[in-house]
Amino acid sequence: MVKLRGRGLAAINYPTGMNLGGDPSQTIIFAQPDGRFVMCVASVELGQGLRTALAQIAAESIGIDPEQIEVRFGDTEMAPHDTGTFASRTTHRMSNAIFAAAQEIKQIILDVASKIMETTPSDLEISNGKVYVKGVPDKFVTVQEVVNKAQFVYNTPVVGKGFYVKPKSSVDPDTGEADPHSTMAHGCTIVDVEVDTETGIVTVTDVYTVYEVGRIVNKNLVEGQIIGGLVMGLGAALTETVYPRYPSLDYQTTSFQEYVLPTAGDVPRIRYKIIENPTATNVFGIKGVGEMVVNSIAPAIANAVYNAIGVQITELPITPEKVLRALEQKKEVTNK
Amino acid sequence: MSSFNVLGKPVVNVQLYGHVTGSTQFIDDISFPGMLWIKAVRSPVPRGIIKKLDTKKAERLPGVVKIVTSKDVPNNMHVNMAVVGIGPPDEPVLPDKEVNYKGEAICLVVARDEETALKAIELIDLEIEELPPVLDMEEALKPSSPKIKPWNSNTFVFGSGMDGATPPGGQGRPYFLIKRGNVDEAFNKARHIVEGSYLISPIEHAPIEPHICVAKPEPDGRLTIYTATQAPYFVRDNVATILNMPPSKIRVVSPSVGGGFGGKVDPEFEMMVAVAAMAVKRPVKWRWTREEEFTVSTTRPAVKIELQDSVSDEGLILGRKARLLHDAGAYSRTSPYGVIKACFNLSGPYNIPNVEYRGYCVFTNRQPSSAMRGYGVFEVSFAIELQMDRIAKTCGIDPLELRFRNAYRNNQISASGKLIDDAYLIETMREAAGLAGINLPEHLLKMSSSG
Repeated sequence: MVKLRGRGLAAINYPTGMNLGGDPSQTIIFAQPDGRFVMCVASVELGQGLRTALAQIAAESIGIDPEQIEVRFGDTEMAPHDTGTFASRTTHRMSNAIFAAAQEIKQIILDVASKIMETTPSDLEISNGKVYVKGVPDKFVTVQEVVNKAQFVYNTPVVGKGFYVKPKSSVDPDTGEADPHSTMAHGCTIVDVEVDTETGIVTVTDVYTVYEVGRIVNKNLVEGQIIGGLVMGLGAALTETVYPRYPSLDYQTTSFQEYVLPTAGDVPRIRYKIIENPTATNVFGIKGVGEMVVNSIAPAIANAVYNAIGVQITELPITPEKVLRALEQKKEVTNK
Repeated sequence: MSSFNVLGKPVVNVQLYGHVTGSTQFIDDISFPGMLWIKAVRSPVPRGIIKKLDTKKAERLPGVVKIVTSKDVPNNMHVNMAVVGIGPPDEPVLPDKEVNYKGEAICLVVARDEETALKAIELIDLEIEELPPVLDMEEALKPSSPKIKPWNSNTFVFGSGMDGATPPGGQGRPYFLIKRGNVDEAFNKARHIVEGSYLISPIEHAPIEPHICVAKPEPDGRLTIYTATQAPYFVRDNVATILNMPPSKIRVVSPSVGGGFGGKVDPEFEMMVAVAAMAVKRPVKWRWTREEEFTVSTTRPAVKIELQDSVSDEGLILGRKARLLHDAGAYSRTSPYGVIKACFNLSGPYNIPNVEYRGYCVFTNRQPSSAMRGYGVFEVSFAIELQMDRIAKTCGIDPLELRFRNAYRNNQISASGKLIDDAYLIETMREAAGLAGINLPEHLLKMSSSG
């Protein structure tokens, strides 16, 4: 038994938003009498932490604490239209809409606060849940108090609306000329593998990976995407297929008994770094991260196996059977 | 916007405690008094003609409320992405004449519980005349292959506006086309021609929560649909189409979803649940089994990509020809969109001045494929990055060095003619090399995406 070691890399980019655009997002933010804000979005919480990320964006935009924002989501009757949660689009699209809604909210808060504080709105700023007189940190009213008085003293509704769309690009049918995406995020993944020449099993020992995400909204959530994406891509690279004899339908998988997903024990050592290169297409520089993290690991592993055994396996998944056949083929070539 | 108070901070996911303690409400936690359950009679063959469907015995089984067939669907034909202009409608909610994949739902049993519905399925008399299936994409493209689409071909028609991307009225063709520069001239100048053919496999999204939906007719004639979807408005619009109802009469609620990964973008069963609920005028629930997740729900498509690159002595890619075959399975779903997205990305993060890309959306008699995390680009990244290592080997250049040389930079033009203004591959690769302990030579350390 010999264990061959190899290193491989993959460099990728990934577009943010629906291809060709035309996928609007809208939001409404309004205040409750107690000073909290309700933000209505029709985007969907899939476990990725969208609810948390959007609350952070609204809080940052208004100048308050994220705990003061309640996100209502996933209901066509409780929020204005949003195209959906896919195509790495929601955080990019919706944060532009939220920022626009927040500007309307801020203007109302500044107008009402200026009446309470008997000054002009342009002399005021909002930060950390308080409305300050610029340059005078001890002269303030809380946003909570302003919002309450707006509704019950100054007869002003505290509501903001926001909309964002990348207008749909048309495609020249003969050249494909078009403006397909808002921005590109980037990634580069380097992996080290061990290939067992007796069993054909590929073990990924180390992963070094860097993703450029525009702007980090929530480090925990980006890390979650990176680890989850790598492990998902590991399965696609090495074990997963619903048609093991594709294109034949024979042996189509029906359960987790035949369909092998990576588990915690298969997770290699992962070292990662997140870098920022803000995009001008988003008020905060945000790009989509959720999808590209699954794309770089499979080609990196394939290239590492290539490096280890000298044969490139060009069909996923890279099963022990394919590795053993590749080694066999190499032996035949060498013997000729 | 240089400093932030909240952005970038590791705020704890507000859903975390609910998910870990089990208190988060998912669709399966929703039920209503008098709610009924659905199970489907599914095609045992990949392609065939329905000769007989006799449901009388099953209807008489105590606890069975209704057997829903194509006759109960007001407007049977649809295409999921009609909203972005993709057409024509090519998929029945429930087929009346032919089946096009193994596992395709033919009729629905609506019963008081899942057990009764399963018993009723065994009492349904179904006869199908099996036809030879189309399974292999290369075979499907041959003139001799049986044709499985009503427009007498096995490919989607691009370029005439029905792809939701090009203007209407153009000459249709069986592939999406991107052409830039002079690819023939680039191949005349080639020092090396590097070729490769790459294939990715259909895989399952495998979320913890399978597809699950409750549809509830309201007293005022409206319909509320609780479903695990990534796109509530896609569900609303497609259900409205097949029920011939104004969208404003349909409310779609999608609270916490137990994982999607693209597998819950297609409204692939909500339409059936909606038809059943309207037919029996009671709330109905359908909870797919793990087996249905594997054999019926969408998969990532199989995609074959053939690349041919003209390469200079220094390893620069002067021109690229690409032929991409995307296995859509039996119906369009999001596949035409996926093919177009893939074609726009066939240069990867590299500067290739002369290109000719052709992307085919090929129909076969297997479960429809659709979106999955990294859609349209997963396969392209796989093909391109393996091709880069082939080029490196052919030219005798270090794989990392080769990528630096070809990396796109700002003010270059993309395959679709767009000015590149946010290139950052060089910097990203440099960081990755550093993380892996690779010492880059001086000339690579000096490179930048901005010039």
